[in-house]
Amino acid sequence: MRREGSAFQGLGVVVLKELSDHFASARMRVLEWLVVLTALAAVYGAIQQVRDVTAEDPFLFLRLFTTAREPLPSFVSFLSFLVPLMAIGLGFDAVNGEHNRRTLSRILSQPIYRDALLFGKFLAGLLTLSVSLISLWLLVIGLGLIMLGVPPGGEEMARAFLFLVVTIVYAGVWLALAMLLSVVFRSAATAALVTLGLWLFLSVIWPALSSAVAEALFSAADQATQVVGGQMLARLSPATLFGECVLALLHPTTRTLGPVYLSQLQGAVMGSPLPLWDSVMVAWPQIVGLIAATILLFVAGYVAFQRQEVRA
Amino acid sequence: MSETVIEAKGLTKRYRTATAVDGVTFKVAAGEIFGMLGPNGAGKTTTILMLLGLSDVSAGDARVFGHDPKREPLAIKRRVGYLPDSVGFYDHLTAAENLHYTARLMGLGAEARASKITAALVRVGLGDVANKKVATFSRGMRQRLGLAEIVMKDAQAAILDEPTNGLDPQASAELLELIRSLKAQGVTILLSSHLLDRVQSVCDRVALFNDGRIALMGTVADLGRQVLGGGFAVEVEADGGTDMVRRLSSLPGVRNVEQPAPGKWRLICDRDLRPEAAAEVIRAGARLRKLSLDEPSLETIYRRYFQDLQGVSHAA
Repeated sequence: MRREGSAFQGLGVVVLKELSDHFASARMRVLEWLVVLTALAAVYGAIQQVRDVTAEDPFLFLRLFTTAREPLPSFVSFLSFLVPLMAIGLGFDAVNGEHNRRTLSRILSQPIYRDALLFGKFLAGLLTLSVSLISLWLLVIGLGLIMLGVPPGGEEMARAFLFLVVTIVYAGVWLALAMLLSVVFRSAATAALVTLGLWLFLSVIWPALSSAVAEALFSAADQATQVVGGQMLARLSPATLFGECVLALLHPTTRTLGPVYLSQLQGAVMGSPLPLWDSVMVAWPQIVGLIAATILLFVAGYVAFQRQEVRA
Repeated sequence: MSETVIEAKGLTKRYRTATAVDGVTFKVAAGEIFGMLGPNGAGKTTTILMLLGLSDVSAGDARVFGHDPKREPLAIKRRVGYLPDSVGFYDHLTAAENLHYTARLMGLGAEARASKITAALVRVGLGDVANKKVATFSRGMRQRLGLAEIVMKDAQAAILDEPTNGLDPQASAELLELIRSLKAQGVTILLSSHLLDRVQSVCDRVALFNDGRIALMGTVADLGRQVLGGGFAVEVEADGGTDMVRRLSSLPGVRNVEQPAPGKWRLICDRDLRPEAAAEVIRAGARLRKLSLDEPSLETIYRRYFQDLQGVSHAA
């Protein structure tokens, strides 16, 4: 049986309204300043470090993102930590907030479907994150140009751009997760706590835990199986996938993200960078994994929302 | 009767463990105010949500302006305004901004929006607070803002869920006045409430909900006849006079006369016997002080009905 009318009627209206809410909200302003200040501190540290040890590096510009100077971590590790926080901050009360304000049934009694509301909220969140991340990225590039005085090459820019795209997808995963939990839990505080708990577990605890779990699971197998198994388990966490993507894209010398067998190294020239397309291929499964996780989580939230009762 | 606007046939909503609405059937004609009354949890809101296509229908059929809410909810939602139970707005936006958002969702153009929003806000008496944040609004103002949304929509039918719930007498009187003015404009209104006396004053017909079913339906007078055993109660107060009970009972059409207090008589009659009773009191040589017709109140009907129901279930 077919419903009359488009599921996306009113989508644009919802996106615009949510966007203006996001950009006007105090929450977003705090998160933005947090990200901008910490990231710029990291980049500044990286620039000092790169200047001190300038070697003949064909990818000097990419070092901006990945170099850490004690005690600050690198720009990339800051982002992998703060981007989820931002996404969760935008998404944790997306649906239950409407419930609690008692606006949901009023909005849904307008001639739109629920699809438009949920999809509109997701798109607006993703657009907000994209705008923030793109501005941050441009800031970093600009700072690099001024302080290093070396123009980046075309391939460097391409790699930096792909890194930006991957970061936005990574933000999408956490946004979709936060929105799913905002559908499942009626209380915004519960949804926020559970999402933050999952985030801590997946980004901090799970990567450390996965090798132990693999050892227990594959105790009979040889060591190689255990290592590979541990890596597979660790890749269940989007943080691991993101880290591997970054590694492949920003360190052109990365040839593989798994364990390397000696036989595979025969004839390889160690330390020589891969061409851009080959680097993308190395990280391709991880990129697809991140996109798939976003879609899966969004669909789960969508199904839950469609089945939910409107009444408070 | 004129064209039917809202129609429910055996509408049923089952949850895993319970049946919230069980075979509800009713019709609302164009231009009518139809009241759904009943205790909390009787299935009124669920029925409304099914009519709007906001909740799945387990069984039965519904039509609103001839559209099926399961298949064509958008066509219904374009023509019907809905004021939910304790309606909410975005607190950080002003009254006008809140309406702008819903107006855009309705697909109103920019010019139509500006003029309609102003007109609607003035109509419900919120013209001078249009640019105030909704966070500062009282409950009554929020309900009126909800009505403004319906006015702005030019809805041909309005569904109001507990519109006077939690309002002080003054605010609810104002709200009912607004509802009457909507009816005067030709809007069909379906409203639900558990506050009976307020509703009695505006509804043309009512349906009494109990436990997911419609227990009684009709005009208030109809229900009075069904539940209270029918008849008109005429109350007479007079000084003096002799043999009043016998004289009053002998009037044609009087079924029964009681004397609840000295100088006070209560006549149960087949029709309105006030003129005849007055003449008889004078003939008896008494001085008539008060003469009134006791109209059945919904409150009485409701209480009596549920008392009877409980009596039956206790006996069983």
